[in-house]
Amino acid sequence: MRNKKEKIIETILMLCAAVSVLTTIGILWVLLSESSSFFSKVSLKDFLTDTEWTPLFAEKHFGILPLIAGTMLTTFIAIVIALPTGLSIAIYLNEYAPKKFRKVVKPLLEVLAAIPTVVYGYFALMVVTPFLQKFIPDMAGFNALSPGIVMGIMIIPIISSLSEDALYSVPKALREASYGMGATRLQTAFKVLVPAATSGITVSIILAISRAIGETMIVAIAAGQQPRLTLNPLVPIETITTYIVQVSLGDVVQGSLEYQTIFAAGIALFALTFVLNNISYFIKKKFQEKYE
Amino acid sequence: MAKLDAEKVNVYYGDHHIIKDVNLSIQENTVTAFIGPSGCGKSTFLRLLNRMNDYIENFKKTGDILIDGGDIYDKKVRVEDLRKRVGMVFQKPNPFPKSIYENVVYGLRIQGIKDKSKLDAVVENSLKKVALWGEVKDKLQQSALALSGGQQQRLCIARTLAVEPTIILMDEPASALDPISSAKIEDLISELKENFTIIIVTHNMQQASRVSDKTAFFYLGELVEFGDTDQIFTKPVKELTQNYITGRFG
Ligand SMILES: Nc1ncnc2c1ncn2[C@@H]1O[C@H](COP(=O)(O)OP(=O)(O)O)[C@@H](O)[C@H]1O
Ligand SMILES: [Mg+2]
Repeated sequence: MRNKKEKIIETILMLCAAVSVLTTIGILWVLLSESSSFFSKVSLKDFLTDTEWTPLFAEKHFGILPLIAGTMLTTFIAIVIALPTGLSIAIYLNEYAPKKFRKVVKPLLEVLAAIPTVVYGYFALMVVTPFLQKFIPDMAGFNALSPGIVMGIMIIPIISSLSEDALYSVPKALREASYGMGATRLQTAFKVLVPAATSGITVSIILAISRAIGETMIVAIAAGQQPRLTLNPLVPIETITTYIVQVSLGDVVQGSLEYQTIFAAGIALFALTFVLNNISYFIKKKFQEKYE
Repeated sequence: MAKLDAEKVNVYYGDHHIIKDVNLSIQENTVTAFIGPSGCGKSTFLRLLNRMNDYIENFKKTGDILIDGGDIYDKKVRVEDLRKRVGMVFQKPNPFPKSIYENVVYGLRIQGIKDKSKLDAVVENSLKKVALWGEVKDKLQQSALALSGGQQQRLCIARTLAVEPTIILMDEPASALDPISSAKIEDLISELKENFTIIIVTHNMQQASRVSDKTAFFYLGELVEFGDTDQIFTKPVKELTQNYITGRFG
């Protein structure tokens, strides 16, 4: 009886695991097959080197670079905001804050990541952009800067929380060694704890970057829909994710070349996050055993 | 004047009374051993002397601890300055995950000393004092974590010497080491005595009798007996001490 129960549970668990693996394979399959028909019509060279992306216009160009530039630009701004803030919060919580404070603040911060992104998107468009325009008058209504900033705020907890975990797991003996030499808390944090927690901190940054690259709603709402190969954060741009949404919501014919562009863009997005995830996996693996 | 004076010292962790009314006076350039059964408060007392207990929540101390006549818990004392004068070596070797060189100069770097020739000289000097120079002089830039346990512990001592403390606290510095490395640490302690005041916590009675001039026997947070090591190990005054050193408990 008991054995039978175990067997059933085991089977159910295995099915669950199988479903998620199959879903991943399915997604990859669709991406690859749809984009392979795309690449039979557009050369990979054009896709990677053409500096314009205008699949929906009469004069079609299929260069992914403008979309990648848009994605990178918003992601870069987000990281510039999130990294120093997140790391400072992590160090503060770990080195200075009383235990109780840490217990309360950490989950509170994580709430930031739970706010629906559509809220962030309209916050960027209706609050941050008008506010910034007071100081930067020639900033466009749609731009990379304000969604970048807002996205940065959203990913702060990814960095602060994971980095704090990494700092926390630095052996107490190293901390004491540093204090024992006459180091202050700040010196200990920067000269011993942060270097010793580098792998964990790096992983947190990579996860935050992945999150920012894949973020859709905020940029779709506030960054615009104009693929443009630029590093200027004040003008409308378009990210890979925004483009996919734009086409999916539009009325392109299924199976047409225009329709297939979203899978080509999807592949580019997938490649970006796939590489990042693997780097983070590699770093985790490589440094894991060091202090155990 | 004594190098270090403890006057009516009590320590509490919350409601727990850990150190009870301890009076102790330690002379310059001597080695003092703290012995006693596990949990009797040796480490707690040792860590009072460089204020390492300050970070523990619920920690409370009464009484005074004077070094060179000055109260080290006085508000005007910067705890960082105190720790430059009172160095500490821990039970498990705890080198930083940095190069051998950077480990030795850590204390100087945080004091803002950048002069390369000065740092080089300190590295050589400190490593020579702990008899590690010959073994590592060709691989100063390699990670300290690659050294053996005994070498790591000597490196940790060198790192402490580099900031020129006058007192060195050692909490069971050889207990995690093999007998040969342990013997090297003991030799080292006898040499360092010339220039430093050393206080060592140890579980090992033979070690205490070999390296120390004075011995303090703690039991349940009280300092039961304190005197010349010879006297403590041959004719202790208290019966409790007698029982402990003859191995009847502990
Ligand atoms: N951080 C702490 N909080 C509460 N009690 C502690 C703490 N550290 C040590 N103690 C208690 O204080 C007593 C003395 O500990 P310790 O000084 O480490 O003993 P020893 O070094 O002689 O083995 C023990 O009973 C221990 O449980
Ligand atoms: Mg102890």
